[in-house]
Amino acid sequence: MALLGFMIRRILAGIVVIWIVATGAFFLFFARPVDTVARQLAGRAATPQILAEVIRNLGLNQPIMVQYWHFIVRLVQGNLGISYFTGESVDTVLKQDLPPTLSLVFGGVILWLVAGLTVGIISATRARSLFDRFSTVGVLIGLSMPVFVIGELLILFVFVPLNQHGFHWIQTGYSGPSQGLSAWAGHLILPWITLAAVQAAVYTRLSRGQLLDTLGEDYIRTARAKGLSERRVIFRHAVRAALTPVVSQLGVDVGQLLGGVIVVESVFGLGGIGEASVQAIYADNLPVIIGFVIVAAVFVVVANIVVDLVYALLDPRVRIA
Amino acid sequence: MSLITGLEAAAQEVGTDAAVVEGRSQWQLTWRRLRHDKVAIAALLVILVMIVLATCAPAFVAITHHPPNIAYPNTGETAAGNPVPPGTAGFWLGTDGTGRDLFIRILYGARISLFVGFVTTAIGTLAGVAVGLIAGYFGGIVDTVLARFTDAVLAFPYVVLALALAVVLGPSLTVIVGVISFFSWAAIARIVRGQTLSIKEKEYIEAARSLGAGPFRIMFLDILPNLLAPVLVLATLYIPTAVVFEATLSYLGLGIQPPTASWGDILSDAQNFYQVAWWYVVFPAAALLITTLAFNLLGDGIRDAMDPRTERVFAARRGRGQRRRQRADQPPVISSGSGVPGADLLATPEGSD
Repeated sequence: MALLGFMIRRILAGIVVIWIVATGAFFLFFARPVDTVARQLAGRAATPQILAEVIRNLGLNQPIMVQYWHFIVRLVQGNLGISYFTGESVDTVLKQDLPPTLSLVFGGVILWLVAGLTVGIISATRARSLFDRFSTVGVLIGLSMPVFVIGELLILFVFVPLNQHGFHWIQTGYSGPSQGLSAWAGHLILPWITLAAVQAAVYTRLSRGQLLDTLGEDYIRTARAKGLSERRVIFRHAVRAALTPVVSQLGVDVGQLLGGVIVVESVFGLGGIGEASVQAIYADNLPVIIGFVIVAAVFVVVANIVVDLVYALLDPRVRIA
Repeated sequence: MSLITGLEAAAQEVGTDAAVVEGRSQWQLTWRRLRHDKVAIAALLVILVMIVLATCAPAFVAITHHPPNIAYPNTGETAAGNPVPPGTAGFWLGTDGTGRDLFIRILYGARISLFVGFVTTAIGTLAGVAVGLIAGYFGGIVDTVLARFTDAVLAFPYVVLALALAVVLGPSLTVIVGVISFFSWAAIARIVRGQTLSIKEKEYIEAARSLGAGPFRIMFLDILPNLLAPVLVLATLYIPTAVVFEATLSYLGLGIQPPTASWGDILSDAQNFYQVAWWYVVFPAAALLITTLAFNLLGDGIRDAMDPRTERVFAARRGRGQRRRQRADQPPVISSGSGVPGADLLATPEGSD
């Protein structure tokens, strides 16, 4: 029962956040003279009649509050509008570009969690060892490295030399899983590493710090005193408790992730929704940009609700209130 | 008796002449600890060198006679039109894709990066502290509205929005600073709000209120000084984020506009010359990495220096020789390599709530 109330409250709060984001995006993008938009679509040489027609077709001649009302009504129905350029529905555009983005996120998140947690746990259990020192340095470098710099360095020092020496598995661009899983992974391996590198550093630092704190707790001493094996103490008792902040961090990072996705897709020319939205920005294709912003906000809100639930399940001390 | 001798011994150990222990402010204590942190001091020096190099960029132009936006098609490009390598024809770090001096352009890029880093962090910190204090102190509907707004800003896919803002408003330095500042205050506001919520329940705040102090006096004179330490750490750690943010915007073509040099823009152009000019990627990438790394290391150092628990680490380091043998049978949990483990989380924006 408490859980149900919690869910309802969180979902309502999430809807409020999405509404704020959508409204902010709407007014931000439509607070410009409509002529600018219409002229770009109609071309520089367009006559005033053509301009007026474009404006009328896009509904830009209506008062801003009416446009806003239509926008919200459509949004509630799950309709993100029509792309200014191709005339396609924005939903379709985003759906088309989703596979590369999902492939990127899927592999990237797995890689960063596995790498981050493994290195973090080893570092914590062997604090001050050579491994720990190296990983601490690596974490700081990872944290300081912009995503596109990692991508460029990987292209310069991995992709270029390998391909010059006749090793063509690693590629840029995107190849769908239907073209063969090996080709798919070959195209995505560098993007995955790029996306994961910065985040893995965050998770290594977080899990190491948490685990070190947890290992100092009395109940760990109790577990050791009971004669449990060190492996059991660490994995059954310590890691589980240390994992909760890691899970909540994951919710925060979904927003960051989308930013990283845009950059990684641009560096490697993957052509997902991140790159589509950057192109939409260059082309002033407002509905696509707003669509991406809203989809991203929904993504963040849903991820945060899921994370709160997992958090409560992992740590019985967290009361749902 | 024994206590006093202990204090005197401690005073002598840290090198003070006076037998009486003076009271030290938190800032004095922090500086004393920071001074002994070699890594943090090295990072500080690197930052100072960067600032000096960026400030003196025109002097290097005078030495090399290569203004930042002038292309040298004859000396600065190979016959095939590619960049020339470092050391060729007076180009210390080689040239870029259009035959301009890469070293000079990196220096001018540093001016942009450091300026954006410092200015946006200052604006974001002021705004974040103000919002956090007001939300935490007044509570109620004010808090609800401000906290929701903070959450919304944090939930924004900010790169998309920053890109869109840059397009809507037209890319310029002012817009870049505005956009980055807009996304910088929320994390600080959240931390300050949380701290304010707990501090305002303390007895001395009640005392101040019963003496007739108004809300703004309490917020800024009684609560704020207690928050300066975490805020300073957050601000130091935000500078590299802002530098990376600017570089990313410029990399995507929506930040500083050419021909003005910016690290992100240089790296974006360098993409076309992977096969022929490694220096074109490596040097600007190194400049960016060294800068952000230095700020991160300094921020970590300040955080460790401000955390009273770190004292134990330094004590442990001083007496490591004798103690190592005694403690050989215990895992060294408390004093880990880079400071106190928990301190890692103390002030990171994401980790602390």
